[in-house]
Amino acid sequence: MADDIKQLSAQLAQDPHSLVFLRLGELLRQRRQFEVAQRVATNGLERHPHLADAHDLLARIQADRHDYEHAFDEWDMTLRIAPGHTGALKGLAFLYFKVGDLAQAEAHLQEAKKYDPEDPAVEQALAMVRGGTPAAEGGPAEGVPAPAAPLAARGAEPLPEERIFAGLEGAQEGLLLLDAAGRVLGGALRSADGQDATQAVAAYLAGVSQEAGRTAKLLQLGGWVGLSAEGPQGNIHLTAPTDDALLLVVRDRSVPMGRLAVIAQRAALIARRWLERQA
Amino acid sequence: MTASVYESALSRITGVRGVRGAMMVSLSDGLVVAEQLMEGIKGAAVAALAASLANRLGRAMEGGGVGRGVFWHLQAERGALLAVPARAGLLVVAVAEPGVNAGLVRLELLRAAESVS
Repeated sequence: MADDIKQLSAQLAQDPHSLVFLRLGELLRQRRQFEVAQRVATNGLERHPHLADAHDLLARIQADRHDYEHAFDEWDMTLRIAPGHTGALKGLAFLYFKVGDLAQAEAHLQEAKKYDPEDPAVEQALAMVRGGTPAAEGGPAEGVPAPAAPLAARGAEPLPEERIFAGLEGAQEGLLLLDAAGRVLGGALRSADGQDATQAVAAYLAGVSQEAGRTAKLLQLGGWVGLSAEGPQGNIHLTAPTDDALLLVVRDRSVPMGRLAVIAQRAALIARRWLERQA
Repeated sequence: MTASVYESALSRITGVRGVRGAMMVSLSDGLVVAEQLMEGIKGAAVAALAASLANRLGRAMEGGGVGRGVFWHLQAERGALLAVPARAGLLVVAVAEPGVNAGLVRLELLRAAESVS
């Protein structure tokens, strides 16, 4: 394997645009050289940003490094590029499984099965998610990261409903869900000096959804889907999970606007489900 | 500031493929200072809403600790509105089609904002 790595590295050095980085990154991942593997995958992605397999590779490396937040984003991106990518579907299923969302885990595995009905790893994973047959000996099949055990099996409590964004990065300081009148439904925000800024920001955002909607309508642009803004110390993204709710996501400038939009979409999905449960 | 400076700044923005129009708007009252818009776009109304939106967001962003906004991007199903504040109390606004290169528009908006400061 070491020789393979040397050979592939040499090939990549000769032709940096070659897709050989996919095999090299995977070999390095298998050898648990995660830092180098991630560098190879990231460099490859810079040259091939629309290559679904490259996003999938990076996601697997990140999942192995327990960087689930970024792994989610990369698998999410993989599916945007290639909606039937079974590696990404299995990967997302794993992540949902990790946080105890068994319904989503099963839905993603069912979707993977549609595209690859012969994949035994999907069957094994489905059996685990349903709490039926335990996984086969020797761990999960290639492409499916190995969860230690379902959260339910470890006796974990379900996520409390009042913590709408529990489990999401920045749930208590960079996510805010408001109703149409600017009343806080969930989440919290902190100012640069660490003070609670939730109510002040909520008050300023009251009516923004309607204003964005009117502006888009006036320009005959259809419904508004997102409003992002850059600031000197951070970026924000606003979206409307439902007609009468507004979701704000705030992150520092190290989080690019595109990724912020992905985080916002994911949070909006969670918020929508939570709002539906309250109805 | 002469009208030709505004015109020249707006021309660079509307020169980007997919941009349907550009405006200089007064942030304080939402009035149009200069515009280059395709037919059918209601400049005055859009300017008023864009300025109001920018002001609200600006205050929310300051409250949230990320500082006053330097670029806004409203994404809609069939297009987008992008804006950058300029120093002279102006907001430079672009109206764009869905597939526009938002990065390029942002760059031209920032240049335009710089040129009128």
